[in-house]
Amino acid sequence: MKLTGSIRTLAVALLYLVVLAVLGKTVVPAIGAYYTQILIFIGINITLAVSLNLILGFAGQFSLGHAGFMALGAYTASGLSVYLLEPMIASLPAGAASLAGESAALALALFGGGVAAAIAGVLVGIPTLRLRGDYLAIATLGMGEIIRVIILNADFVGGARGFTDIPAWTSFTWVFLVAGACVLVVRNLIRSTIGRAIIAVREDEDAAAAMGIDTTRYKVLAFIIGAFFAGAAGGLQAHYLQYLHTNSFTFLRSVEILVFVILGGGGSITGSIIAAATLTILPEVLRVAQSWRMVIYSALLVVMMLTRPQGLMGGREFRWNWLIPGKKA
Amino acid sequence: MSQFLQQLVNGVSLGAIYSLIALGYTMVYGILRLINFAHGDVYMVGAFIGFYVGRLFHFGSGESAWGMPFLAAMAGSMVVCAALGFVIERAAYHPLRKAPRLTALITAIGISLLLENLGQLVFGADPKDFPPLIPRASYTVGAVVFSNIQIIVIVTSVVLMLALQLIVHRTRMGTAMRAVSFSHDASGLMGININRVISFTFVLGSALAAAAGILVGLYNPKIDPLMGIMPGLKAFVAAVLGGIGNIPGAILGGLIMGVAETLTVGYLSSTYRDAITFVILVAVLIFRPTGILGKPEREKF
Amino acid sequence: MRLKFPGSLIGGLLLGAVTFAVLSCAPDENKIRVGVFNSLTGLTATFGISSSQGIQMAADEWNARGGLLGKQIELIIEDDQSKPEEAALAVSKLINQNRVVAILGEVASSRTLAGAPIAQKAGVPLITPASTNPKVTQVGDFIFRVCYTDSFQGVVCARFAAQNLGLKRLAVLTDVKNDYSIGLAEYFKGEALALGAEIVSEESYSEGDTDFRAQITTIKAADPQAIFIPGYYTEAGLIAKQVQEQNMNVVLIGGDGWDSPRTVEIGGEAVEGSFFCNHYSAEDTSHLVRTFVDKYSKQYGNIPDAMAPLSYDAANLLFDAIARAGSAEGAKIRDAIAQTRDFPGVCGTVTIDAERNARKAAVMLQIEGGKLKVYDVIQP
Repeated sequence: MKLTGSIRTLAVALLYLVVLAVLGKTVVPAIGAYYTQILIFIGINITLAVSLNLILGFAGQFSLGHAGFMALGAYTASGLSVYLLEPMIASLPAGAASLAGESAALALALFGGGVAAAIAGVLVGIPTLRLRGDYLAIATLGMGEIIRVIILNADFVGGARGFTDIPAWTSFTWVFLVAGACVLVVRNLIRSTIGRAIIAVREDEDAAAAMGIDTTRYKVLAFIIGAFFAGAAGGLQAHYLQYLHTNSFTFLRSVEILVFVILGGGGSITGSIIAAATLTILPEVLRVAQSWRMVIYSALLVVMMLTRPQGLMGGREFRWNWLIPGKKA
Repeated sequence: MSQFLQQLVNGVSLGAIYSLIALGYTMVYGILRLINFAHGDVYMVGAFIGFYVGRLFHFGSGESAWGMPFLAAMAGSMVVCAALGFVIERAAYHPLRKAPRLTALITAIGISLLLENLGQLVFGADPKDFPPLIPRASYTVGAVVFSNIQIIVIVTSVVLMLALQLIVHRTRMGTAMRAVSFSHDASGLMGININRVISFTFVLGSALAAAAGILVGLYNPKIDPLMGIMPGLKAFVAAVLGGIGNIPGAILGGLIMGVAETLTVGYLSSTYRDAITFVILVAVLIFRPTGILGKPEREKF
Repeated sequence: MRLKFPGSLIGGLLLGAVTFAVLSCAPDENKIRVGVFNSLTGLTATFGISSSQGIQMAADEWNARGGLLGKQIELIIEDDQSKPEEAALAVSKLINQNRVVAILGEVASSRTLAGAPIAQKAGVPLITPASTNPKVTQVGDFIFRVCYTDSFQGVVCARFAAQNLGLKRLAVLTDVKNDYSIGLAEYFKGEALALGAEIVSEESYSEGDTDFRAQITTIKAADPQAIFIPGYYTEAGLIAKQVQEQNMNVVLIGGDGWDSPRTVEIGGEAVEGSFFCNHYSAEDTSHLVRTFVDKYSKQYGNIPDAMAPLSYDAANLLFDAIARAGSAEGAKIRDAIAQTRDFPGVCGTVTIDAERNARKAAVMLQIEGGKLKVYDVIQP
């Protein structure tokens, strides 16, 4: 019996949730805090990479301000947690009730962060609409920095000194829940008519406009969704490190995320996932050559551009087809 | 009033440095339509080369033949950076001449990061003190105090900018540069060696960035491998403000940026120092993308 | 082709994971693991290096005498690159990966504030050798310090300026990027105003800035007699130079953030005659100081700045507390530290009070001929 698309998606999603819950209860406590940390960062980076890929790889908008969305989401989520949510759930009794309270609080905080970032996505998207290529890159870079400086001057979230004592609510399960949601949303979006419109805008904006596609709407949509997940990822990071400082969200961070997308190949979700995972693990493996890490990163970027600019996956996705013998890939 | 005048002096000195760096950006963009992200890092390398050369020539408190260490540092640094600019162009941008502009842009970002991190490795990540190649002195005119370094910064910048104008408008190579920035194909048909012209542009821009690096080393004696990021961005904004691809525009843009930044810090707050740059950038891109002196260009190719 | 690439990648990933799992060692159970996080590189590198060396000296001495609780002390030192977000990561790593029993660090209040909540939540005692911002020990009951706080230092500096030097027109140039500077400036201003002085100008800068001319010009227009610069040494040196450039006739006063050989290196002639408040003087003739200074200079080749003896004291106090507690358990160590009374330190006797702070004297130093000379000693 052939499962139809949406039922198959639902089944996969449910399977994913089950696997996640199982892993979270069994494997994660077993492997220790250090390895868990790596997994958490992998999840956060996957979310960041896939969300940027939507904007950059699928919609073709060269956005260099992704760290700004992340920062906004992180600070909003943390602000909500520290000033609103934490006091609210403090009165809950320890145990199941407080755990549930924490989860709910985190969900709300992340959502709030995502929404704030999404609003920024609109504010960034609309004015930069008529810019192309390099100008768009620089404009988004500028926007990202402006967001950062605004936060830098906001004393109630620590300002220039940093935001401390954020509750540690992030867990492996949560991180991969968000990552999974991001992948699901982006994948479904791309496969829909909206997605085809977005890709049309990337391929040739004028032709798309000539075909009657409202390029403005779709570009902004890409920004909104991409920014939302970047904000959520930022919130996850904040609730893991328990500390925030705008130094973590500079242009360099945007470039790091950019490297994930470029390495994996713009327009390929699988590529972003693989690249994000690899490049999160790599610095740990190369810890002995710590000082060379960034040199290798940047050299890698240059070499990739000169030899294989389409990235690892070249814009293609990983198909399960090759697992089935006889079926053509 | 005197405070304002003093701030202007401070701003113009800062602006002169931005102008020197902005010239490199604007020339390369004019010719290649490429934002050379690595340019700010060439400026950093210039400062460091000046540091090492200056130390060779500088003994004690700089009483010795005062022009010498400074000129030696300038010359050495400009030569090395010119070579660096040449190599970067050949190795990274030349092969991507026909590639989509985004690819070249990402490559530029990669080169920038490479220079920064190699710098941290080779020069050491900790900040260094640039040797006082010129003994400090202050001159008071009315209520305004000029430090001799400020005067040297402004004078040197003016000299270099005039030299550039001369090259661009009075030499054959300069005419070739202007032709290539107009149209690659047409100049090629006219028999101009485009590769040679592009290389020359990079060499020129990098030499100017190196000079800026030395001047900054004298002006604010602390240098470190990441010092090129912010000034690089600011100089780029200056170039955009003045009209990218336009040489007098870069000079004007640099001066405006320097003064704006100084006035913001002096009268508002130092935390907005970097913000003013990006606000100007976004304002320019939204309201007048071609810049103050730029020609309106149809961005439809 | 399509399959080979991801395939080899996954293979490489697995290989990498296995290699690194093998390479990363499990924490050694036969040692007392003490974590240290400091700024070994970056804008305030001399603080971290000096502090770590002081701690190392203390650990070596204890180990030579047979160690602690029968085991050797193992110091795990993390560099936070003078950045607070790295400090938070470093503390996390020390607690989660290295599983240290206690932490020493940091010198800079901002970075201690970044790492302390993490230590507090994990129940790992933390002693800061030199963070003076009052908020540090307010983080929780596992956080201690062995130096004075800015509420004292700010008052000392203000009294010095307004009373000892008799200066009534004061300007303040604060580093808004760190808590230490902001806190110290607040206390200074409060006391200065209470003493009848006038704060004629207040400007700010950010750690890492190199050009302060705009702020200095604004300050100059207000015609102060002294400028209080409660920042760290790199910026202090650069500011002093640019103040001199402007031909200003002012006295420069600083806090303990100035304590580094780099202040004179960077500031040169411009810092001659300036004052700053510190924790000790290397010229002190007391036996403890002389012994320490001699041993340190012999081992590391330079006269120690205050971060070294403070860290030495903090380390010794920690080890002594662990010995008194008789156990490597966080809560027990915490209690032992809290009960410390009259502990003999190079920078003065340390008694930990109810707020987990120490009451120490301040030393006002003046830069004369490139050297630090004691101007006055102020008791709490």
